[in-house]
Amino acid sequence: MGSIEARGLTLSYGGTSIFESLNLTIPDGLVTVFIGSNGCGKSTLLRSMARLLKPRDGAVVLDGKDIARLSSKEVARKLSILPQGPSAPEGLTVLQLVKQGRYPYQSWLQQWSREDEESVRSALEATGMAAFAERPLDSLSGGQRQRAWIAMTLAQQTDIILLDEPTTYLDLTHQIEILDLLHELNGRDKRTIVMVLHDINLACRYADHIVAIREGAVYAQGNPADIVDASLIEAVFSLRCDVIRDPLYGTPLCIPHGKSARKNVREAFVH
Amino acid sequence: MRIVFLIFSLFVLLGAVACSIAFGVTDIPFAKIVEAFTHFDASQEQLIVRTARVPRALIAAAVGGSLAVAGTLMQVITRNPIASPSTYGVNAGAAFFVVLASGLLGIDGQAPLTWAGLIGAGASGAIVFVLGSLGRDGMTPVKLTLAGATIAAFFFSLTQGYMLADGRMFDQVLVWMVGSVAGRNLDQLLNVLPFLGIGLVIALLLSRHLNVLAMGDDLAKGLGQSTARIKGLASLAIILLAGASVAAAGPIAFVGIIVPHVVRYLVGGDYRWIVPYSAVFGAILLVGADLGSRYIAMPSEIPVGVATAILGVPFFVYIARKGRRVG
Repeated sequence: MGSIEARGLTLSYGGTSIFESLNLTIPDGLVTVFIGSNGCGKSTLLRSMARLLKPRDGAVVLDGKDIARLSSKEVARKLSILPQGPSAPEGLTVLQLVKQGRYPYQSWLQQWSREDEESVRSALEATGMAAFAERPLDSLSGGQRQRAWIAMTLAQQTDIILLDEPTTYLDLTHQIEILDLLHELNGRDKRTIVMVLHDINLACRYADHIVAIREGAVYAQGNPADIVDASLIEAVFSLRCDVIRDPLYGTPLCIPHGKSARKNVREAFVH
Repeated sequence: MRIVFLIFSLFVLLGAVACSIAFGVTDIPFAKIVEAFTHFDASQEQLIVRTARVPRALIAAAVGGSLAVAGTLMQVITRNPIASPSTYGVNAGAAFFVVLASGLLGIDGQAPLTWAGLIGAGASGAIVFVLGSLGRDGMTPVKLTLAGATIAAFFFSLTQGYMLADGRMFDQVLVWMVGSVAGRNLDQLLNVLPFLGIGLVIALLLSRHLNVLAMGDDLAKGLGQSTARIKGLASLAIILLAGASVAAAGPIAFVGIIVPHVVRYLVGGDYRWIVPYSAVFGAILLVGADLGSRYIAMPSEIPVGVATAILGVPFFVYIARKGRRVG
């Protein structure tokens, strides 16, 4: 199993501190989503959990060990990260991309094993990309391309997958497609998934656990149905809204209040 | 398929080298070239072959391949499609140190000048790297390119100023400053060959890691790569390849930009192929350019650096317009 937590984590970026001695345990085998306004530090936190950012103090603890003390490859065999808006060299095919996911298992001597082949094949199948294996990445739609990237992180065969805004730049259809895929992967292999999402309603629908971040601290965390209400949205996003039950899924659904432009329409409707 | 084409390219290179030995102000039949090595009789044609044409063709091949591989490495580690030893000022720095060593310190002979070239390449590369990394958002392609252009202009100005002040150097260095493979001997090649060889071997060993690095630092680190170590080794290879090339043939521009793009277009995004192909294509380009440069203003010769510039400028504009992604 992959367990990951932050212990007394202090992060700073360019001299300004973002998190001060943060403690956070990510639940095993569930989908956790970080929410918060722009610049609240949610991506920074995710990056530090993948040791892309060195903490100024404290530690990220992976399976009981400080990741700063593990070798890069050891970490990469337990935890994979898909950064925001990844880009690959021109002309790279889906298969070539997914094969890179096996990098942490290779060394100067051990080049390409049967297990590598098997991991790549199952990653392509799980993401529905097997038919596109020989296609260059540039020739695919945004959603397919993102699935190829997810296939690469799957080929890494890690218990924990971190994704920084995996649905940015995608249209609504592809956003749902990607989140469905991640949900499916979590359900099938019980992999721990942690991601940053902007859309609060999709976050409520797909997360088992929500971590709401405000000004470099965890404002609230828990099951979306338990914690997401109008006061949380107002505190975290400085946005007034009504939170109702999603008529299809029963999860919290946020209806934001506009400022002035459509006020008369709303008043006419409510009365 | 790609291996077949690579072997075919090697034969093209071989043919280009043979033509480079045969054709010029004096055309020499192929049979005579063979005789120069099997039955040496010190005739004028044989002397041209052995002392001028062969060293010249081999240096062009070695330097062309090296600059192309150095350009490939630079484009990956900086994720900048217009990175090359000339745009980043590495060639200019090497040239300045070579001129200074031979002029001011009176150093003669290829071996110490090679070291001067390596030191110059390392120094200018380090300065560009530091200047390009200043500021909060770290190293970016734009900052690196600006820093490279600045440092290239700076070292070229220093070199020119020094050459003007020291009049006796002017003639002998001017041709070299544009980049030329003419008038070299085999010893000069043998002197730089170990450095070029080590640089190439490092580049080949790194190629698998470059595939991961080309996706960006975050992804490479996420996949467990020690990006600093890979970039450090790549920088070492660049300094060896570019520094020794400049010491042998002067700061030849554009080979390092053109070749990696042509190769990526032909063989795709896998650096395990891009690196060896760059070496062969770079060699073909410079041998070909050197051969062509003999015909531009015959019977006088134009330095090969002029020919690569004539080829390179339109290509450079094309890349800048298209904005090809490297990594």
